[in-house]
Order: sequence, then structure tokens, then C-alpha cells
Amino acid sequence: MKVTLHIWRQSKKSTKADFAQDGKMVAYELEHVSADMSFLEMLDVLNEQLTKKGEDPVAFDHDCREGVCGSCGVVIDGVPHGPERGTTTCQLHMRSFRDGASIYVEPWRAAAFPVLKDLVVDRSAFDRVVQSGAFVSVNTGAPQDANAIPVPKADADRAFDAATCIGCGACVAACKNASAMLFVGAKVSHFLHLPQGRVEREQRARRLVAAMDAEGFGNCTNQYECEAVCPKEIPVRVIAEMNREFVRSKLVEEPPSTKRVGGDG
Amino acid sequence: MSWLFDFWRSSIGGKVTMAVTGVLLFGFVVAHLLGNLQLLAGPDAINAYAKWLHDRGALLWVARGGLLVVFLLHVATAVRLSRANKQARPVPYASEATVQATFASRSMVFSGLTLLVFVVYHLLHFTFGVTNPGDFARKGNGAGGFDVHAMVTHSFSVPAIAVVYAAAQIVLFLHLRHGLRSFAQTLGLCHRRYTPIVERLATVLAALIAAGNAFLALSVLAGIVKVAQ
Repeated sequence: MKVTLHIWRQSKKSTKADFAQDGKMVAYELEHVSADMSFLEMLDVLNEQLTKKGEDPVAFDHDCREGVCGSCGVVIDGVPHGPERGTTTCQLHMRSFRDGASIYVEPWRAAAFPVLKDLVVDRSAFDRVVQSGAFVSVNTGAPQDANAIPVPKADADRAFDAATCIGCGACVAACKNASAMLFVGAKVSHFLHLPQGRVEREQRARRLVAAMDAEGFGNCTNQYECEAVCPKEIPVRVIAEMNREFVRSKLVEEPPSTKRVGGDG
Repeated sequence: MSWLFDFWRSSIGGKVTMAVTGVLLFGFVVAHLLGNLQLLAGPDAINAYAKWLHDRGALLWVARGGLLVVFLLHVATAVRLSRANKQARPVPYASEATVQATFASRSMVFSGLTLLVFVVYHLLHFTFGVTNPGDFARKGNGAGGFDVHAMVTHSFSVPAIAVVYAAAQIVLFLHLRHGLRSFAQTLGLCHRRYTPIVERLATVLAALIAAGNAFLALSVLAGIVKVAQ
């Protein structure tokens, strides 16, 4: 098959202000594309041709190419990870496109994800959110017996629904407001349903939301585009859980203790 | 009180503010429609209701003040969140696509601004009597109250006014539909059994409100309500 690719080309890292001028859409004709190629293999073929011609190959993120690592991800015809539901870009195949198709390929667009080069964006905002509280503070040491803390199956399933997040950032890219609430909600929900995670639930909700807000992500307006493109099909239930946890954490939060005030001696 | 301001400044605090003020405004819209439906019961019913409201005195001003605060909070928070949302995506996609977001959800800023303009017009029209056609504005009914029936029926006998009011109801329907659905999700209710019910109920309630208001706006032209002499 034959396709026309319109790809965002950008040679240098985006500066915060007006980064629409940092790059432009460039069209490439690509012939002899096999329908069995993955989308990234198709880009590999394009890059080989560009390299042979002495041009700069298209930069894109990828690692496992098995749909589990969360490295890959581009916006294809306006939809992060392309037209197939519950699929990462590396697991998308050219049979999902018709012969002669014009395909628009763009990087995740968000102020919190500055473009580094072509289709590669800096997602370290996610790392900083995770570092703020998406963990359980326990001393490391000899592992406990796996069955020492019983977890009901239904709770484990709910936690695992959220824990399947691979941190690819498609939710942010799909959201009309570039909000990260599906990602952050997944972190909240991941720990909320497990006894180990519930100990720090208040400070986790407060810290994660504060870190998310500090990165300059937008705000959820309940349009659920995130859920539609998530390669792990994480439900928007996790956003409702985050909302609930944040409000709860704010309600129970006490001001810092001053001597002889309050009942804590 | 800085903790309360910090809560409002946070992303989720802003969403919660939108949901709570939104549902309060919905409550007002329901009461407003129920009161106005008395137009169908004739001049005496609606004028007596208007007099009863005015006779509440201080209580009426407390209610008006509260409503104004809630309204301004809803608008101010919407402005803050919308600006932040715009800043969060400074560069748009060359190829835009929508997978499952509803039209109502994507037009909340547009429908909200349209309603804001409509509310200002509506207040200038009936409350302040600035844009009333003819000389019936704020005319007494001889019993110490306003002749609401005359004001309303004269206004809605003008096709342009009736059509503007009816058209505004389409915008109100869209705004309420997404607002009511979002209310539950924002306050943390998302459930496989209840969410589909909430979403259907949101559509039905929004449609009932809009249809009721539009019916009243068009009732004079349709000859259901007679123009006061």
C-alpha cells in the first residue's frame, strides 16, 4: 500500500513561549508499505529512506514495541495512539489504514510536555508527579509473606485496573484541556484499594494534586476523551475517586499544631 | 480562610466549585420555572405569586444576594479554569479529532457565555424594565404589586422577543445536560449502576426545564395565554 504522511518536524527543543513556530508539518510519500507492518515499522522504513537521502530521520520514542513500556505514542489523525481502541502506537498496524491514506502524525501537545525533537516530548512532568506521592513509604528489608495481608479479589482488581497505567501520556494528549487527571487518578486509585496504600491516603491525594497543578496541566471537564484513547483502557472512575480523595483529604486536614491549642498536647 | 482560597485555587477545588454552584443554580432554574408556570393559571395567580415574593422583604434580598454570589463564583471559576485549560495546550493539533466527547461538553464555554448574555438581557427586560417595549414596564396593577402578567404577555406577544427566549432554551438545555452529568463525577460518584441513571436523568431534567421555559415563551404567540388588556 501507499500512504502520504504529514509529520511534525522540529529540530530543537521547544521554548516555553510560542512553540508553534518551532517546527512545521512536512509531507512524505511512502510506497510499498506492507499492511502487516506496525506503525513504528512503517516509520522505520521512512527513516531508512530519509537517511539514504542524507536527510534527518524522524525522531520518535519507542522501546519494547510490545505495548507494555509506555515509551511510544504519537497523535495519529488527531487521536493519540491512532484509530484502534486499547492499543499503543507500536501495536497499531498499517492494515488499520486504507491504501492511499493521508496520515497526520504529531507529538503529544501540552504545555507540560515540551517537544524535544520531531515526535519526542519530555514527559518528566509525570515522573515529578509520581515522585510527589505515588508510592508507599515502607522500610525495605526482608520481604513479608505474600499472604500476610489479605486483599479481597474485588479490591485487588480495582487497584490493578489503575495499576495497568504505563504512563504513556495519551490521556493528556487526548484531553481537550491537556489535563493529566486520568494519569493522576490512576495513581490515587492504584493505592486507594489496597491496605498498604490506604495508610497515607490523605497526604498522597494532596501531594499528587499539588504536583499535578504545579506542572501546568489543564483541568478535567468530564469529556472522557482520555478513557477513549488509553491503551490500557483505564476507566474515568479513577478520576471520580481522585476527586473524592482530594476533597476528603482537604476536609480532614488540620492546621499545624500550636502549643496549648487543640487536644494533642 | 486562606485554606478555603487554596482549595478553590486547586484544579479539583475549582471543579468542585463549578459543580456545587452549578447545582445551586440548577435549583434556582427549577424554582423559577415552577413559579412562572403559574402564568397558565391566569393573571391573578401569577400576580399574587409575585406579590408574595416581594412581601418576603429582607429574606428576598438575602436570597438575591446569595444567588448573585453563587452566580459570580460560577462565572469567575469558569473563567479561571478555562484560561488554565487554554494555557495547558498552547499549540493546537493540525488534525483535530473527537472520539467520544459530546457536543454539549465541548460547547460549555460557548453555552455559558451565551447564557451570561441572556441572563443580563433577561434582567434588563423583566427586572429592571430597561428594554420593555411599550409603556407597561413596572406598571402597577392597582393593588400595590407589579402587573407581572401584563409585562410577560405583552413581551411575548412580540415575536422577536418570544423567539429569543425560546432559542436561549436550546443553549440552556446543552449547558444543563453536561453540567448535571458532570456534577456527580466531579463530586466523586462514578458507579456502573448509578452513573448511567445519572446521565439519563441529566438529559431528561435539562430537557424538561428547557421545554417548560420555551413553552411559556411561545404560549402567547400560540394563543394559549391571552394578552392582558
